Amino acid sequence: MPDDAIRCDACPVLCYIKPGRTGSCDRYGNHEGQLVRLDPHVMLERAQSRGESLVPFLGKSREWDGNLVSDSETFVTAIGAGTTYPDYKPAPFIISSQVQGVDMVTVVTEGIFSYCGVKLKIDTDRHLGAECSIVRAQGEAVGHVTTSEYGSQMLSLGGVRHLTGGSRHEGTVTCDTLLHLCNGKAVELQIDDGAKVVVQAGKPPIVDGVHEERMRVGCGSATIGMFAKQWLGKVDEVVVVDDHITGVLSEHQAGKLLDIPETGIKMKGRRSTPGRYFKVAEPGTSWGGTNITDPLSILAPFDPGVAKPGLRLLMVSTTGEQYAYYELDDALRPVERDLPPSLQESVARIRENCEPALCTVLFMGGAGGSLRAGVTENPVKLTLSVRDALTRVTSGGAPVYVWPGGGITYMVDVSRMPENAFGYVPTPALVAPIEFTLKLDDYAALGGHMDHVRPLSSIHCSDDGSRRVAPRDDNPWPLSAGKSDRE
Amino acid sequence: MNPRAQIRLLPDNRRLHMHDGPIDLIVEAWGEAPEIQAAYRAAATRFVTVLDELCAELKFLRQPTRINGPLPSDPIARRMVAAVTPYAATAFITPMAAVAGAVAEEILNAMTTAADLSRAYVNDGGDIALHLTPGEKFVVGMIEYPQPQPTPPPSRNPQQRQNPFVPLRALGGSRSLSASDEPWPSSQSHQRTSLFGTTTIEFNHPVRGIATSGWRGRSFSLGIADAVTVLADTAAQADAAATVIANAVDLPGHPAVVRTPANELQPDTDLADRLVTQGVGELRLDEIHAALSAGAQVADQLHRQGLIRAAALNLQGETRLVGTRNFGLDEYPVESIRFGKGTASAVPIGATSDPGFSR
Repeated sequence: MPDDAIRCDACPVLCYIKPGRTGSCDRYGNHEGQLVRLDPHVMLERAQSRGESLVPFLGKSREWDGNLVSDSETFVTAIGAGTTYPDYKPAPFIISSQVQGVDMVTVVTEGIFSYCGVKLKIDTDRHLGAECSIVRAQGEAVGHVTTSEYGSQMLSLGGVRHLTGGSRHEGTVTCDTLLHLCNGKAVELQIDDGAKVVVQAGKPPIVDGVHEERMRVGCGSATIGMFAKQWLGKVDEVVVVDDHITGVLSEHQAGKLLDIPETGIKMKGRRSTPGRYFKVAEPGTSWGGTNITDPLSILAPFDPGVAKPGLRLLMVSTTGEQYAYYELDDALRPVERDLPPSLQESVARIRENCEPALCTVLFMGGAGGSLRAGVTENPVKLTLSVRDALTRVTSGGAPVYVWPGGGITYMVDVSRMPENAFGYVPTPALVAPIEFTLKLDDYAALGGHMDHVRPLSSIHCSDDGSRRVAPRDDNPWPLSAGKSDRE
Repeated sequence: MNPRAQIRLLPDNRRLHMHDGPIDLIVEAWGEAPEIQAAYRAAATRFVTVLDELCAELKFLRQPTRINGPLPSDPIARRMVAAVTPYAATAFITPMAAVAGAVAEEILNAMTTAADLSRAYVNDGGDIALHLTPGEKFVVGMIEYPQPQPTPPPSRNPQQRQNPFVPLRALGGSRSLSASDEPWPSSQSHQRTSLFGTTTIEFNHPVRGIATSGWRGRSFSLGIADAVTVLADTAAQADAAATVIANAVDLPGHPAVVRTPANELQPDTDLADRLVTQGVGELRLDEIHAALSAGAQVADQLHRQGLIRAAALNLQGETRLVGTRNFGLDEYPVESIRFGKGTASAVPIGATSDPGFSR
């Protein structure tokens, strides 16, 4: 036998199991050389009483005593429902159930998400790459840079074109990248003509090796507005360096209102409105998302008709991470000095007001419209049921946003989902959980398929193959009253 | 008593669930209450030794079957060998190709021997043994798993291809939802369900076994069928035939098919280094039909030999039916069978039991 296989002794079949594979039962697997019990089915368990702490795992197996067991409220997620860890081989055919007049059902194929991707929000003022630039993982194109948002850069990764429209390797790498991101793992991305960024859901981005810590509190101009009063009397001029809008205190409306006198400062870049400058430098990963390392490089010589020796100048980035303090010498040249204690507080406050920079990962997936086309003669009715909150859609128990319009395209914050909620198939495509919940009578009213309804309790037949997890406090309970209960 | 086996009545108080190692059975019987009780007791008693018995013969059962070869002593193993022997002359096959069906049969036999049942079934991970008495029937549905559609090819039959999300197993809170036993509304079935086929098996039909095989299943397949479902006289026969037909649905050498030596995936597999299908890329319609035709040819042959009664071959949304003329499938237009598969329901289908020891 190959020496990397381990022998499972859980039952007399005594399977040899290779790393990353499961035995013939699909319940035990070789995880990095260890025989592990696998938990293909994730449930969210809510205690009967609110706020009660939960036992995360429950593996009691009960001998048949012929009695019903009542369990606390349980929501069965789709995680693992159709796949098996660790290689997410599609679920076996199966299964028996009571269907109206159909005593048995054989389930014969497994579905996958090819139309899916990740919207990645990276909190950073550093320039990651130009809009539309290709984002690569392991050298393969896996997405592109999309819009900049406030204090953040958005990337769009995945999608059917990268998954199945390119080379096999591109598809595999894309799938791998999406899977890692969705399952909360770190991924290194290289943006064409841009930064190398390490992203991980819920963690700060690492841009070109630098850990991002803070989001800017506002653009340079806004920062001037917010802190102008705190600078009054402590400094003569403040420049808040920002790739978007650099603010200059003495020229800014906020400074004018405080009667801050002119200082004779001359900014490079293009003046937008008084005290607000575009393009003082090129985008980059340094001061305020620009490429400058020496803040003086964005200043032209001071106006000798206005400026006076001894003038005090603070230059600070929008996150307060970079700052420098200068005083003009007799030749009106800025000379760097230590930051006076009176200004340290305002710099610290800028920093403090900048929220922690995070990467957030929204999974987005969608499929076409045969939910409408196939189920009923009146497709609109069915569409509306999903649309109308009669049917609640969740993903691994987490709330989702369902896009308006046709089909069912939804987004979900992967950090609100249970661990390892995503899988893949070699197509390549992602396997993502999705659950639809609605009242039975609503479902009946829709002309729903009542014959496929089966009791939750029957799920427990495989409780030793189920993983029970406590629901997240910040997620609404998937089965809680929805719109339909108002009637 | 075997300490591994888990046996319990499902909370619907009707079905029995039995699990041991890779074997996972759902059992249901109809009849007088004491008879059902007796049947379940017999099933449980028989079940607890099954895995140990099979494992005692495992080495033999993983060897290719030869005509007039040695016969094992264990009754389940004998059922397995009997089921695969018809194929031994022309193909590589081991008794493991019929294990799930044979286990289902054995348990059903224990039940019907011990009790007077009007009907019963034993479902071993989709391989099902049936018991019927005069006047009784089973309606059997074949469902394409209601899940996001795999790689939707852009053109071909969009209605069928754009299968949206449909529910898996979201259910209504603590409320117990249970299915009624009303007959299937045949006139509407193709609109209301993702069944791509249903069939009614009555007492006077010879069919007592149903099985499904395909590369997406838990067992390895040499072919590329998503699923081949077979109706045959016994569950073990159906199991073996489904394996053989699914292996025949193939496009040898096709670049979109990912194949891996079986023993690289599972060192002790009975398939040794035979290439098993691990992925199938998008195929052109003509390729799909070519592969299905290859499988249908084998199915036709088995049908003529009486080894199967009917088969449904499924590959990337296309379905080929063999021998269904004498079955309930004729009640439904072929179109409904083919197009019905893209439909969705908003409440789950299927149980969560793991599949059986199914090779």
